[in-house]
Amino acid sequence: MPLVEVDDLSVSFKQYTKGFKHKEVKVIHNLSFSINAGEIVAVVGSSGSGKSLLAHAILGILPRNANVSGTIHYDGKELTPSLQEKLRGKELAFVPQSVNFLNPLMEVEKQVRGALKGKDSFKTQKEIFEKYNLSTDVEKLYPFQLSGGMARRILVSTAVINKAKFIIADEPTPGLDQTVVKEALSSFKAFADNGTAVMFITHDIQSALSVADKIAVFYAGTTVEVAPVEDFTGSGERLRHPYSKALWRALPQNEFRPIPGSQPKGDELPRGCLFAPRCDMTTTECLEHLPEKRVLRNGMVRCIHAT
Amino acid sequence: MQLEARNVSFRYRRKKWLFRDINLTVQPGEVVGLAGPSGCGKTTLARILAGYEKPSNGTVLFNDAPLPKTGYHPIQLVFQHPEKAINPKWPMKAVLEEAGNLDVELLERLGIQENWLQRWPNELSGGELQRFCIARALGPGTQFLIADEMTTMLDTITQAQIWHGVMDIVRNRNIGIIIISHDTVLLKRLVSRYIDFPLLNKDKVSY
Repeated sequence: MPLVEVDDLSVSFKQYTKGFKHKEVKVIHNLSFSINAGEIVAVVGSSGSGKSLLAHAILGILPRNANVSGTIHYDGKELTPSLQEKLRGKELAFVPQSVNFLNPLMEVEKQVRGALKGKDSFKTQKEIFEKYNLSTDVEKLYPFQLSGGMARRILVSTAVINKAKFIIADEPTPGLDQTVVKEALSSFKAFADNGTAVMFITHDIQSALSVADKIAVFYAGTTVEVAPVEDFTGSGERLRHPYSKALWRALPQNEFRPIPGSQPKGDELPRGCLFAPRCDMTTTECLEHLPEKRVLRNGMVRCIHAT
Repeated sequence: MQLEARNVSFRYRRKKWLFRDINLTVQPGEVVGLAGPSGCGKTTLARILAGYEKPSNGTVLFNDAPLPKTGYHPIQLVFQHPEKAINPKWPMKAVLEEAGNLDVELLERLGIQENWLQRWPNELSGGELQRFCIARALGPGTQFLIADEMTTMLDTITQAQIWHGVMDIVRNRNIGIIIISHDTVLLKRLVSRYIDFPLLNKDKVSY
């Protein structure tokens, strides 16, 4: 049984345009996602594809004007707002994107300890700092004084101080040099080896491939494909969805050739397949309805033409 | 029309030197890649070259003269996070027009769709916003462009789209470009000269 199972999740916002006129902006729709204990699942896709919002939905930290439907199960139980509140910061941990998520006016050691109560908190915090190679002078620094690499290690420390069962890391690697990236990735690997499930949100496909077990590809608010990492190879012929293939081929180490166009906005989504306007396999059937997800070669795909 | 950093050094107040005596010359039309570990001062150097920061010692010369203090700055910088470089309370059209009249051809080359101009910053994705930041930085007066982790936050398709567009434009207009990135594969694809930042820094400090 998966540790976390998201089924048919949709999230939309009501956006006021002028006066009392408003429009419905769908940011996530019919999204399914699951992760097992000890597994690392990377979530890739362009910005605005709903990656971070999925994380926020699982944690229960979406803005109040969000309309949510669908179900999320955690450890077999339905993840209700009260359960989210109970688990958040403990069993459910979050490694945010940047130091902007830290309190700018508080020394970092206090923030790392913050999640923890009791007299052992000092000891645990010191152990964690030592483990992540953060010297004692770092403890008294404020967030703006940290370098990118230190900041990353601090953010990871805040998440792991409570021995989480499920860690969501939102874009933990961009803008960091290779050594720091490797370090961050190996810490995720270590959590997974200890039975923690790690959801790794990124658009750095290369990093994702080096640690993840499988990769979920998001496009315009839904999962278009879930594939084992081994399928990301060659010119992408083993991938299932045309968007995943395009994403893979556009990497500088592959062809570096982009497909034209851009992802549709949440308030002007096409009726049928969301990728149809940019796809060269589009047929009339694609334009009629959103393809159902189906299991294909040890993965999942949402495309009627995939083989 | 070259851009030159001559013995540029920098430190915050009385703290230890971030870097010392950096010498670097970039020619018009040249594509230079700059890499180095995080915290080594790449961004600070970029800010100095673009006039956002004054060096503690040394000078930046454009066309063999100090950087202009007023008017359009010939050296433009594009940052990593577009959402922090755009006024959230301005529609996108106003964001662009702050830098001068709209250049329709430039917008097209960067893949900016006309209906995006009517949108607010929070309605656009990071990749779309970054295209606006680049368009804004590529006004007619721009002679050099510094791209500081410009596409790091973007997916691979958007990244490739943006770089193909930008390289076309700088080639046509003979603009020199400095690309700061940790992605060595990307740099290899784009640059004609590669610089390892720590080797520029005479004051060998450990990071």
